[in-house]
Amino acid sequence: MTATENSTNYKWVGTRPIRHDGFDKVVGKARFGADLDLPGQLHGAFVRSPHAHARIVSIDTSAAEAMPGVKAVVTGADFPALDPTHPNFDTAVNCMARGEVYYHGHAVAAVAATTNAEAKAAAAAVKVEYEALPAVLSIADSMAEGAPLANPNNYTKFAPPGDPSNLATITNLARGDVDQAMADADVVVEMSFDCAHVHQGYIEPHACVVDYGDGKANVWCSSQGHFRVRSMTADVLGVDNSKVKVVPAEIGGGFGGKTTVYLEPIAAKLSEKSGKPVKLLMTREEVLRGSGPAPSAELRIKIGATNDGELTAIDGWMAYGVGAFSDMAGLIGAMSVASYKFPNLRMETYTALTNTPKSAAYRAPSAPHAAWAIESVVDEIATELGMDPIDLRLKNAAVEGDLTAMGMPHPRVGLVECLEALKASDHYQSEPAEGTSRGMAVGFWFNIGEESSATVNLNEDGTANVITGSPDIGGSRASMALMAAETLGIDVYSITPIVADTESVGFTDVTEGSRATFATGKAVVEACEDLIEQLKARAATIMGVDVGEVAWVDGAAVSPGHGGGEGGDPLTLAQITAQAKRTGGPLAATASLNAAGAGPSFAVHCADLKVDEETGEVEIVRYTAVQDAGTAIHPSYVEGQMQGGSVQGIGWALNEEYIYSADGAMENASFLDYRIPVASDLPLIETIIVEVPNPAHPYGVRGVGETGIVPPMATIGNAVKAATGVRMTSLPMSPPKVLKKLNER
Amino acid sequence: MSRTHINCIVNGEPIDFLAADATSLLDALRDELGLIGTKEGCGTGDCGSCSVLVDGKLNCSCLILAPEVEGREILTVEGIADGDQLHPLQQTFLEGAALQCGICTPGFLVAAKALLDANPDPTETEIRYGLAGNLCRCTGYDKIVRAVQEAAVKLNSTSKQGV
Repeated sequence: MTATENSTNYKWVGTRPIRHDGFDKVVGKARFGADLDLPGQLHGAFVRSPHAHARIVSIDTSAAEAMPGVKAVVTGADFPALDPTHPNFDTAVNCMARGEVYYHGHAVAAVAATTNAEAKAAAAAVKVEYEALPAVLSIADSMAEGAPLANPNNYTKFAPPGDPSNLATITNLARGDVDQAMADADVVVEMSFDCAHVHQGYIEPHACVVDYGDGKANVWCSSQGHFRVRSMTADVLGVDNSKVKVVPAEIGGGFGGKTTVYLEPIAAKLSEKSGKPVKLLMTREEVLRGSGPAPSAELRIKIGATNDGELTAIDGWMAYGVGAFSDMAGLIGAMSVASYKFPNLRMETYTALTNTPKSAAYRAPSAPHAAWAIESVVDEIATELGMDPIDLRLKNAAVEGDLTAMGMPHPRVGLVECLEALKASDHYQSEPAEGTSRGMAVGFWFNIGEESSATVNLNEDGTANVITGSPDIGGSRASMALMAAETLGIDVYSITPIVADTESVGFTDVTEGSRATFATGKAVVEACEDLIEQLKARAATIMGVDVGEVAWVDGAAVSPGHGGGEGGDPLTLAQITAQAKRTGGPLAATASLNAAGAGPSFAVHCADLKVDEETGEVEIVRYTAVQDAGTAIHPSYVEGQMQGGSVQGIGWALNEEYIYSADGAMENASFLDYRIPVASDLPLIETIIVEVPNPAHPYGVRGVGETGIVPPMATIGNAVKAATGVRMTSLPMSPPKVLKKLNER
Repeated sequence: MSRTHINCIVNGEPIDFLAADATSLLDALRDELGLIGTKEGCGTGDCGSCSVLVDGKLNCSCLILAPEVEGREILTVEGIADGDQLHPLQQTFLEGAALQCGICTPGFLVAAKALLDANPDPTETEIRYGLAGNLCRCTGYDKIVRAVQEAAVKLNSTSKQGV
C-alpha cells in the first residue's frame, strides 16, 4: 500500500483521521434506509409483471382491498399521466406501469397493509390480465430490421422527428481519415466483444418510509441524491417540489444505482390514500429484477499501428443494451474513449432498448465496456509488435491538449504519470510468481462538476458545523471536514460534518461522477474562505486596526506591526467566535456553485493470475491499482475507492451476469446465483495513488470513485491471454466460457 | 395471529418478547427489540449482513426463526463494545478505514469476532475464508482483512499482558 503522504505543506489534507460518522457505524447505531419506523406505519408490497412485454388488459384490486389489514392499493391509474416529453416521464412509468409492462419485474400495482405478511398476501391477490406482446431481449434483436418495439414511447434522441424506434441514441464521431490510416498501418487488429448486464450489487436494498400529510410527502430514504429524489417524486406525484421533503438516511452502497427513484412516489401515494406512514422495502430479488443494472454491450474494435508502436487509427462500433427506456449509454461510451491520441478515429455507437429492466448508472457508466474491448485490442497489438504493453501505451498516452473521441481537449491529466508509476512499481518490476501470468490495462473517466451548496456555521466555542447536501457514500464527510480544517486552520475533530435534508441546505446534485469531494468540497472551501474574511473583520474590530492590516495564519488572525489580541498574541478562531455577540453576531457562511473544471482521472491496473486448465477458473494472485487522485484528501478512502472499484471490476470480469430465460425472466435473482466476489476469492489489492493536482480545485481534487472499475476486465483478459494464449471476448470470463475456449485451442 | 413468548439472553441481558412463529430472528431483533444494527441485505442467508452469534456460533439471523432462540444466548453488533469502550475490532475497523458505506460492517464485526474467538492468530487465508460468508461491495475486502489482522495482534498482546 503506497500513498503519497501529504506531499505538500498541508496540515490536514492528506492525513487519515477516523471518520466522523464511524463510531455509529461500528456500534450499530447508524440509521440506513430500512432503519426508521414511524408510529402506526403500514408495510407496502409490489405486484410485478411476469411478462417481459405485455399489454395490461385489466387490473382487479377488489379482492386485495377486502383482505385483512389492507389499507390502500395503488396502480398506474392513481398517478397523473405525464406528457411523454416530460423529463421524468420514463421514471414515472418505470415506477409503475401504465397500459403496458416493459420487462419481467416491472411494477404494476402496490399494496399497503398493517403487516408485511398481509401486504404480501394482498399483493398476490391483485388480479392482472395481460395480453403478451413480442419482446426484444438482446441488442441484436433490438437492432434487427423490423424488430418489434420494446417501448412505443421511445424516439431516437438528437435525430430528426421520426417514428418510434428501439434506438435511443445514434452517435457518429470521426476525425482524420480512418480508411487511409488503416490501409497504411503496419499492424491492424480487429475483434468483437460482448458484455452481459451486471448489477451494482449494493448490499442495502432500496428502502424508504413516507409520511404524507397536509398535502406534503415527508420522505426518509437512502439515495445518492435526495434533491433528485425530491424532484422525481414530486414529478411522479404531479406536485411542486415544496410538497416533498426528503431526509437522507445513511446509504448502504449505491455505485450509481441509487440515483433514481423506484419506491418513494409509490410509498407517498399509498400513504396519501391510507392516511398512515408507509414503509416500502425491496427484497434482494426485487432489487435484481426491478432496479437498474448496467447496460449489456456488443462491441467491434479495430486499431491500426505502425511498426514502431504509434496507434494511428481506431475504428469502433459499440452498441449498449439499456433495457426498456431511453438512455444515453452509447453516447457516454463514445465519450469514454479518451486514453490515446488516435490521430484518425471513427466511433459509431448505439443505445438500444430491450425488454429488460431500465438501466441505471454503474460506476463510470459505459466506460468499462469500451475499455474492455479497446484495451484488449491494444494488448494484442503490443504482442504483435513485441513491445512492452506499458511502453506501447506510454508512446500513445493522451496528455494535456490531446482530444477525446468527442473532440474535447484534455486538461492536465495524469495518464503518463500513472503508467510510469506502475512501470516503476515493485509489482511490475518483479517477475510473475511461478505458474502465474500478467496483464495490465488503462481506464479513464471524465468526472463531473455540477451544482453543490455548503453552509459552515462557527459555534461560539470555535468548533464548526459543515453542512452539505451530498450523501456520503464512502467517507466524504471526513473529506469535507479535512478541507474545512485545512482552510480554517482548526482541528479536524472540532468540525462536525453533516448531510442535511432538502429543506436545510441549498440545492445539491447527486453524489455521482466522482463529484462530491470535488464540487461539494469546493463549496465547503469557498464558504470557509468567506468565513475567514468575516473572522478577519471581527478581529480588526477587536484589535482596533483596519481589516486590511489583518492576515489569517494557521487558524488565527494576526496583524503584523500590531500584534494580535490584548496580549499582542494572534487571535485564534475560538477567541473571535467567543466575542461574536459583541462584534456583530454569529459567524456563518454559505457557498453555492456549479463547479466547472472537473479533472479526469486515469487509472492503470496490473494483475497476476493463474488459470485452472481443468475447470477454467481464474485465480487472481496479485493485483495493483494505480490512479491519479489529483490530491488525496483522505488517502485511506481514496485507496478504498480504488480497491472497491477494482474488485467490482474483478467480479464483472469473472463471475457477474444477468442470466435470462428465453422469455426474459432473470434466472439468477439472488446473491447465491448472482455471485459477487467474496474475501476468499481475492488477494490484497495494492494501491499506488498518483497526485497530479487538478488546477480547478483549491486543493487539486480530481475525484476517484468512478475510474477504478474501468481497467479490471481488460487487465484480467490480457493476463488470461498471457497465461493460456486464449483471447477472451465475452464477459464474464466465467469458468464454463474459459474452459470452452481452452478446449477450442 | 398467535404469538410465542420467547425468553433468551441478548447482549448479556435476559430479555423476553413476543413473536409470531414465522418471524425470523432478524425481524425479531429489529422490529421487536429495536436492535437495528443487524441488517438485512438478502433475507436468504447469502450476504451475512444479519450475522449474529447464537451461543457463540456464527449464524445468519434471517435463517433462524425467533422461537428457536428460546433459552439461547444472542450477541449482536450492539453487544460487542463494552459501553463506550470499543472492541479492538471496532477500533481497527475505524483506524484502518475498513468501512465505506457501513451497511455490511455489523455483520463483518460479528463474523470477525467469531473467527478470532475460535482462532486468535489466523493467517490471511484463514481470515478470508472466515469472512467469506459476508459480502462487502465497497472495500474489496483489503482493509477489512488488514483490520482483522491488526485486531488479532491487539487482542493477543492484551491477553498476554493478562497472563
